[in-house]
Amino acid sequence: MTGSATAVEPRGGPLVVARVWLRDRPLVPLLLLLAGLVALLEVVQPGIVSVNWVASTMRFAIPLAILAACQTMTMLTGGIDLSVAVVASMSAYVMATTQSDIGWLAASLVALVPAGVVGLVNGIGVGLFRVHPLIMTISMSLVVSGAVNVYARSNITGGTRVPSEITDLGGQSLLGFLPNSLIVFIPLAALILVALRRSGYGRLLYAVGDNEVASRLAGVRVGRVLVVLYLISGLLAGFAGLIYAGVIGSATGRLVDPFLLPSVAAAVIGGTSIFGGRGGYAGSIVGALILTVLVTFLNVMQAPEAVRQILFGAIILAVAATYTRITEGS
Amino acid sequence: MTEPLLEASGVVKRYGSVTALRDASLSIRPGEIHALMGANGAGKSTFVKVLTGAVRPDAGTILLRGQRREAHSPAEARRSGMVSVYQEPAILPDLTVLENLVLTETPVDAFRTHLEGLGIRNLDLRAHARTLPLATLRIIDLARAMAIEPDVLLLDEMTAALPADLTAGVLEAVAAQRGTAGSVIFISHRMLEVAGLCDRATVLRDGSTVGVVDVAPGAEQEIVDLMLGPSADGEKRRAPDATSGPTATAASDATPRLSARNLAAGRNLADVSFDLHAGEVLGLVALEGQGQDELFDVLSGQTRPGSGEMLVDGSPVRFGHPSDAIHAGIVLVPADRSSALLMQRPVRENVALPRLAAFRRWGLIDMGEERERVGSAIDRLQIDTRAQAEVQRLSGGNQQKVTIARWLGSGVRTFLFYDPTRGIDIRTKAEIYDLVRELAAAGAAVLLLTSELEEIQRVCDRAIVIFGGRVVDEMAAGVADEPALLRAAHGLQSATAGDTSGTAS
Repeated sequence: MTGSATAVEPRGGPLVVARVWLRDRPLVPLLLLLAGLVALLEVVQPGIVSVNWVASTMRFAIPLAILAACQTMTMLTGGIDLSVAVVASMSAYVMATTQSDIGWLAASLVALVPAGVVGLVNGIGVGLFRVHPLIMTISMSLVVSGAVNVYARSNITGGTRVPSEITDLGGQSLLGFLPNSLIVFIPLAALILVALRRSGYGRLLYAVGDNEVASRLAGVRVGRVLVVLYLISGLLAGFAGLIYAGVIGSATGRLVDPFLLPSVAAAVIGGTSIFGGRGGYAGSIVGALILTVLVTFLNVMQAPEAVRQILFGAIILAVAATYTRITEGS
Repeated sequence: MTEPLLEASGVVKRYGSVTALRDASLSIRPGEIHALMGANGAGKSTFVKVLTGAVRPDAGTILLRGQRREAHSPAEARRSGMVSVYQEPAILPDLTVLENLVLTETPVDAFRTHLEGLGIRNLDLRAHARTLPLATLRIIDLARAMAIEPDVLLLDEMTAALPADLTAGVLEAVAAQRGTAGSVIFISHRMLEVAGLCDRATVLRDGSTVGVVDVAPGAEQEIVDLMLGPSADGEKRRAPDATSGPTATAASDATPRLSARNLAAGRNLADVSFDLHAGEVLGLVALEGQGQDELFDVLSGQTRPGSGEMLVDGSPVRFGHPSDAIHAGIVLVPADRSSALLMQRPVRENVALPRLAAFRRWGLIDMGEERERVGSAIDRLQIDTRAQAEVQRLSGGNQQKVTIARWLGSGVRTFLFYDPTRGIDIRTKAEIYDLVRELAAAGAAVLLLTSELEEIQRVCDRAIVIFGGRVVDEMAAGVADEPALLRAAHGLQSATAGDTSGTAS
């Protein structure tokens, strides 16, 4: 580090030791950042951090964390899914417009069908026709927004309403600070975490992102892996949309659209490389929590909307850049 | 004797600890056609880069017409009167032919004259370069170089993979340069062309110029001898001994494990047939760009052959994806580890990867079983796993072992090794040789391409030589010494030569 002597491994100041320690425990700095933000929030607005506040923060973070799962998994293969936000909006809207006729459960399932179709189309485009994921999913998100507009116009008479079962799931906390949506999120998150670490399919996501040529030579049918991946991503996005409709208690055709950048940011802050092969879901969950607290923080500061946007973007950039330096330092 | 037009002497070039050129020299007379020869790794391409100004030598002088030349880029070398034409044409594909000419300030009329002399008439100069066939582009590149009337024209593998009629045109045009003011440096793997065209040949070996030969009848032998250097027979060890000999001979009566029948693909692979038997290590020798890359791509399922067929255990197979080849028990171990390994992933995941490829293994992994299986493969190959968190931190030899380890115990019966010891230390090389023999002794069929000719006698039972996309020779390892292989690889007939009717004469 100082360049005074020959470079031997154990040399270097405490800073280097700390960096090595952090590199092997990438969640630690994220959790520290989260705790720091919460502490700062309490300082700025004493009394804000309460049981209710924790519950509400988690309620908002859960749909974001599900969308971040889509980004984490696609980014692990070197891709990205920029259609998740509009797909989530679409599912929420389809559910809210059909539930009066067929009931909340059937409406929710029906709402996941177009989400799965969009995911499948993304997967076929990326996996089989080798369209770049950025182009493919952005194009599909335009198609989806247009389709939702057409659907909304044909549905003027129906009106939208989010059924109470969904609002109970997304927006209520029966056990104090534990929101009900944890009932679905904990098993889902556990499934994703285990699948990425311990399943053959999870390994293939890392393999494809690390070296597609080598994966192919080892017999991996990369196209199939990607088709399934984007299908899963679409379904998860649709599911996140339903939960978020429950959080808000109403649904429009653009409900979840603003979550696009945060979903990517949560995964990036969480340590997943957009170049593929590196990262994991645990970091993305903490990333989603950090972003949600950050939004509260900016709201509490009572800054004008424009200033909040500027700060939000700048802070995401700073965190992502710093964190990448810490965890990938050589 | 006239003063040399170009004279390089004492050229040294080191890359880190590797010395590519120790003492390379070259002297070109005006109006002469001069061959530059050397086996793989002799330093030929580094020397060419130094001569053309692409690389700056660590020591040595280059004199052009007696003046010290200080060219630091190909453009400067060009201005000083030295123009080179490479196997890959230096033509911008998105511009028209005319725009490419303007870019290099080429006189268009002279260009047209030379182009017609080379056998291409009625070329539309407004055609975009990318719409023209590669062979045409290479001729355009040559005509452009000749139109500038350089003092020294350097042709690097100009005739490789050209159609016969264009090759004839090129050779004629080069011959016509003899006796003009300009000289030609001619680099070719094809000994026959060198013999027919050149006045003298400079031979490089291990980074030094080892001789200058007047090309006359019989000079080919002298050139080959110089390229090989003093024979080192004493050190050779003949690996295929009593253990493998009987298996190999017995196997030749049985149905071959893998057969290639008239395989053709791409521009370079023209017509290759061979049989590979269980228990046998078949060596494959070829100079660069003779179709061996395409052959391995086809055999490993990465590309489909243009024509011909493959048989596994006597039944025809078609591979649309490497996984088809793997199902048929055929795997590729490439030379370039970066195209075989997940560099950021641990050794264990790299070894386990092929097993997880199948859809039915997408579910939960039995970690205990995996650790055991991977552990035994690692033990068997003695992979040093101290740095096993990321494969990229392993040495090249250990990386190569990882790419082999993943296929052990997976039912693979046919191994395609593409230059498996490239860039690997001597100790690990020996381990890999032993491993290859072990695989064969256990009943596997092995096809081993090598760029180090002594490996043929160390590891193989039999060798085939590919030249111009065809098998030109087949020999038992016992007679496949370096001179015999090198002669065959350069397209020269040997006493035991098989069918060479296809090669361009």
